Amino acid sequence: MAKLDSKIPQGSLSEKWTNHKSNINLVSPANKRMIDVIVVGTGLAGASASATLAELGYNVKTFCFQDSPRRAHSIAAQGGINAAKNYQGDGDSTYRLFYDTIKGGDYRSRESNVYRLAEVSTNIIDQCVAQGVPFARDYGGLLDNRSFGGVLVSRTFYAKGQTGQQLLLGAYSAMNRQIGRGKIKMYNRHEMMDLVLIDGKARGIITRNLVSGEIERHSAHAVVIASGGYGNVFFLSTNAMGSNVSATWKIHKRGAYFANPCFTQIHPTCIPVSGEHQSKLTLMSESLRNDGRIWVPKRIEDVKAIREGKLQPTEIAEEDRDYYLERRYPAFGNLVPRDVASRAAKERCDAGFGVNKTGEAVYLDFADAILRYGKEQAHVKGWDESDTVLVKKLGQEVVRAKYGNLFQMYEKIVDQDPYETPMMIYPAVHYTMGGVWVDYNLMTSIPGCYAIGEANFSDHGANRLGASALMQGLADGYFVLPYTIGDYLADDIRTGTISTDSPEFEAAEKEVKQRLEAFINNKGKHSVDYYHRKLGKIMWDKCGMSRNEKDLKEALRDIKALREDFYKNVNVPGVTNEFNEQLAKAGRVADFLELGELFAKDALERTESCGGHFREESQTPEGEALRDDKNFTFVSAWEHKGEPSKAKLHKEVLNYEEIEVKTRSYK
Amino acid sequence: MNLTLKIWRQANAKAKGEMVTYSISDVSPDMSFLEMMDMHNELLIDRGEDPVAFDHDCREGICGMCSMFINGEAHGPDRLVTTCQLHMRKFKDGDTLTIEPFRANAFPVIKDLAVDRSAFDRIQQAGGFVSVNTSGNTQDANAIPIDKHDADKAFDAATCIGCGACVASCKNASAMLFVSAKVSQYALLPQGKIEATDRVLNMVNQMDEEGFGNCTNTGACEVECPKGISLENIARMNREYLTASLKD
Repeated sequence: MAKLDSKIPQGSLSEKWTNHKSNINLVSPANKRMIDVIVVGTGLAGASASATLAELGYNVKTFCFQDSPRRAHSIAAQGGINAAKNYQGDGDSTYRLFYDTIKGGDYRSRESNVYRLAEVSTNIIDQCVAQGVPFARDYGGLLDNRSFGGVLVSRTFYAKGQTGQQLLLGAYSAMNRQIGRGKIKMYNRHEMMDLVLIDGKARGIITRNLVSGEIERHSAHAVVIASGGYGNVFFLSTNAMGSNVSATWKIHKRGAYFANPCFTQIHPTCIPVSGEHQSKLTLMSESLRNDGRIWVPKRIEDVKAIREGKLQPTEIAEEDRDYYLERRYPAFGNLVPRDVASRAAKERCDAGFGVNKTGEAVYLDFADAILRYGKEQAHVKGWDESDTVLVKKLGQEVVRAKYGNLFQMYEKIVDQDPYETPMMIYPAVHYTMGGVWVDYNLMTSIPGCYAIGEANFSDHGANRLGASALMQGLADGYFVLPYTIGDYLADDIRTGTISTDSPEFEAAEKEVKQRLEAFINNKGKHSVDYYHRKLGKIMWDKCGMSRNEKDLKEALRDIKALREDFYKNVNVPGVTNEFNEQLAKAGRVADFLELGELFAKDALERTESCGGHFREESQTPEGEALRDDKNFTFVSAWEHKGEPSKAKLHKEVLNYEEIEVKTRSYK
Repeated sequence: MNLTLKIWRQANAKAKGEMVTYSISDVSPDMSFLEMMDMHNELLIDRGEDPVAFDHDCREGICGMCSMFINGEAHGPDRLVTTCQLHMRKFKDGDTLTIEPFRANAFPVIKDLAVDRSAFDRIQQAGGFVSVNTSGNTQDANAIPIDKHDADKAFDAATCIGCGACVASCKNASAMLFVSAKVSQYALLPQGKIEATDRVLNMVNQMDEEGFGNCTNTGACEVECPKGISLENIARMNREYLTASLKD
């Protein structure tokens, strides 16, 4: 494999994308009709890319494992989407969004990609409004904004706590228009099982029809992977149950480098684990930190009394509460970036101040916000501002309008009323910044194979800022990939339809079938979930919010041993040619068992702390993350060499031309 | 908690299905309904039996994939929740739970509790969109102010998750609530008004072709809808449809 070439265009940062678009090869409309493109995944990135490619004239084949493209997990994103519109006139700009994203990512992302992201962000909002996405508006009829962690402006557009749903349904509708026209052929309930390479180029995929179990061959001139992140390697995460690493892992095993696998985002505001039966964790949007204040009791006696049920949080006086984010980070307060907020919660809970039975929860309190909004409303209406009952009622109405669905979700899960008592929250795995290595054109190290959205690594460095995932997914899908892919496909206008009868397809299909049959014939003694849970526990305990050399070495050993046990003893019921959820899951867990090891290897290699990756050996006296710019200002891109332990590290050195690399401070 | 589960088992679309009775013990009230089903499936797998197939994905009430008919109600006895958000504390020790798939001619069973709802996708493909290209060359997002009341109503309609509870709850298996939610979202926004005529005609036409029943205004759909989509949307769609028919 050739050395890593990021293909960053020449010229000044602000002109790179414009110049690049003017200089890349184009495919004529007549020729686009002769070219097939496969898209795997229908989240924001996959759906928007499918729609745009089809509009441009390509023949698109799109695959999702769910029963409809509308179910992809982008739908669950709550808080919002960033864009440098500066509608609030608070000093926002493309440069500031770019700067915040680089800084938030702890100086471990590629400058040129991030600048492009900030540049196209404003188009996304225009586009979505034109599509009929119902963003929140003010009484003047204009779009409303709110603020998210790690920034000092209000640039987040939102639709209550369902922004991801509205954006995804927008992209889904754009796709539907093209499905109706026959330009996209949609394959629901299909899982990608492998990538097919012919003469070193990505030329198709092998899929399994999840209803009939049939193994199918699909060819194309290029393959786009938009299959999301791999947070489910932790078993418990805020990802959907079906979210998996398999598509990205399969292309990795076929030659695509996997970048920064250890860069994982642990989101600070999730509903705490309630017991052994837990199957997934639920996020409470970061937008809640606009109005909620995070605290634990100052006195350990109060913590004990709360755990024993003798004291209610509402009974603790103001001066006995430790608003630890406001205390430690006065400039950003409750709106520090996610990695910082998560570690701070862990620090308090490790010190014994956790407020639930397991000692792993802190409070997120809306009492002040309810009071503040209530008074404002009473004032506006000319009512008595000193009437506490009235003020509370009015305040609750405002909070309900802003966050109603989140509060309802909390109440259903925890069985407590968050309008009356503070929410309990704890960090949980949420997003993976790491992913498939891509160049400026979003092409992986396999020619003709692209990765977009959460599946790639490029824009968020070591920590993603809130409301930036939606922005990146749509930027990649609507505005970047559809143009950069043309540069590659311009060489393919004379290729013609690619046959699926070649030996390469034959061999890939055979391998897939053998793998599936091996699972069914194994007749072991433990279920797939048994192994997934065990893997999750190793990952959380040893590669979680803080990491050290000893734990990571143990993780490497434990994951390998677990994988060997899995292949020996896993029990997958049923047969291959039927609707068999356990079989589908077995394949996904098998891939997680390999990725987990590479994850730990990457974390061990990177002895610095940066963003979401906290190495205990590398911290300041105050316990803040300590970067090692001299030795680690690079992207770790891993090349597959048979098994994870043998993976070979390639380094893409990150050059900062515009931005001065500084210590990240939110104090 | 100890419970008796009566679950619809059907090997595939062509097989004949039946209710099968199981018992399950040590269910925690803090479990979600689907976690109870997971636990039951683990027990079945350990006993060498075929686990119960059911659709689920996000488990936070937004993807719309879970679809169980529990004790005669879509998504079970709780209000404004999907099956994945239903918790076992809503049931009592010793209860018998009857668990069936969402039933409708237009939703054929795939296996056990999983049904095929692709008819919903086809209705959306017939007109559930604004015909604007994704080039980014649209006007500024704030160029057309939209009355907040209309924007909020459009949002409320747009929160439909496409789960099909409305169809499963309706004695006619009508999809009017689902279709009207999308028609309403666009009808309320200036961006959607331009092709409102074609949209409502095409979507209703496709709905009829898929074999969904007619609406007789019983309102069961609104009661069972996990997102609280209002019947007002059906009224709006009828108005849109009538207007469009007269124009046509």
